[in-house]
Amino acid sequence: MLTDRKKWFVKGLKDGIPIMLGYFAVSIALGIAAKNAGMTATQATVASALIMASAGQYIGFTLIAAGTSFAEVIVMEAIANARYLLMSTALSQKVDPALPLRHRMLMGLWITDEIFGVSVSVEGRLNPYYIYGMAAVATPGWALGTLTGVVLGNVLPLRVVSALSVGLYGMFMSIFVPPARKNPVIAGLVIVSFALSWAFNALPWFDAISSGMKIIILTVSISLVAALAFPVDGKEDRHAA
Amino acid sequence: MRHNVYLYILGMWGISYLIRVLPLTLIRREITNKTIRSFLFYVPYVTLAVMTFPSILSATQTPVSAALALVAGLVMAWFGLSLFQVSVLCCAVVFVVELIL
Repeated sequence: MLTDRKKWFVKGLKDGIPIMLGYFAVSIALGIAAKNAGMTATQATVASALIMASAGQYIGFTLIAAGTSFAEVIVMEAIANARYLLMSTALSQKVDPALPLRHRMLMGLWITDEIFGVSVSVEGRLNPYYIYGMAAVATPGWALGTLTGVVLGNVLPLRVVSALSVGLYGMFMSIFVPPARKNPVIAGLVIVSFALSWAFNALPWFDAISSGMKIIILTVSISLVAALAFPVDGKEDRHAA
Repeated sequence: MRHNVYLYILGMWGISYLIRVLPLTLIRREITNKTIRSFLFYVPYVTLAVMTFPSILSATQTPVSAALALVAGLVMAWFGLSLFQVSVLCCAVVFVVELIL
């Protein structure tokens, strides 16, 4: 199925472009944070090319700068990135059950919020080459944005960085809005998610919880209630949105 | 910095990779439990919605431009514009609004 692979890889390259643009903008801020934490351009760029996790990297950089122990950094990193467990689980049901281990191991490298969001919304089974295509353009965007942030973060026009920063949210919306139009349960969940997420961020009681943890708590609780109240049967749960 | 930064980076990468790869490699079969399937069906939409709001409001220089981009993005996505179009037009909304303000 060589042509199938090629088709998905090329589609991935194309759909990866908005991810790349958004990553470039967002990671400039990350680069500036890395510089403030005393990291070199090389260190920050290598970290971004490997880790590809905004909140996780922010926390990591801050803790390294503060001289935190290795074990503590690892634990915090695990907490900040725990939502990927959920995403990886969802993808495990989206790929062909016969997909070889090597592809599963390779795909795992690039499970980010954005690549996950786009992959999970394809119709039918997910072909790993789709993820490879997206990663091939998104990863350089993330790494080069970080480098740009370290080297000339304060020179770029703020207005440009500001405009590019909403690109990723535009992507998210184009993923969850069309299914919400078709399925009233999803529409309701989006509204509930917006409201609870706002409450979690606005109310002072939740200040002690990290932003990564808030995402997990909200995702698990809202999805669980929805699964119990509105179980889906066989056909529609293939994310054919 | 006193300690080896690259060792820390490698450790951060290792733990992040484990989290990302373990479910994908360990869960090799289709889950048949209806509740878990339903849960996993709703997870992407809920998590993307949670990540979008309210954090979009603090992504730009002023919450006004971000709020307008949010409304524009919801409307454009509702009427079926592509991922790329929604994404780029949201950026354009912020750029133009911040040019005027």
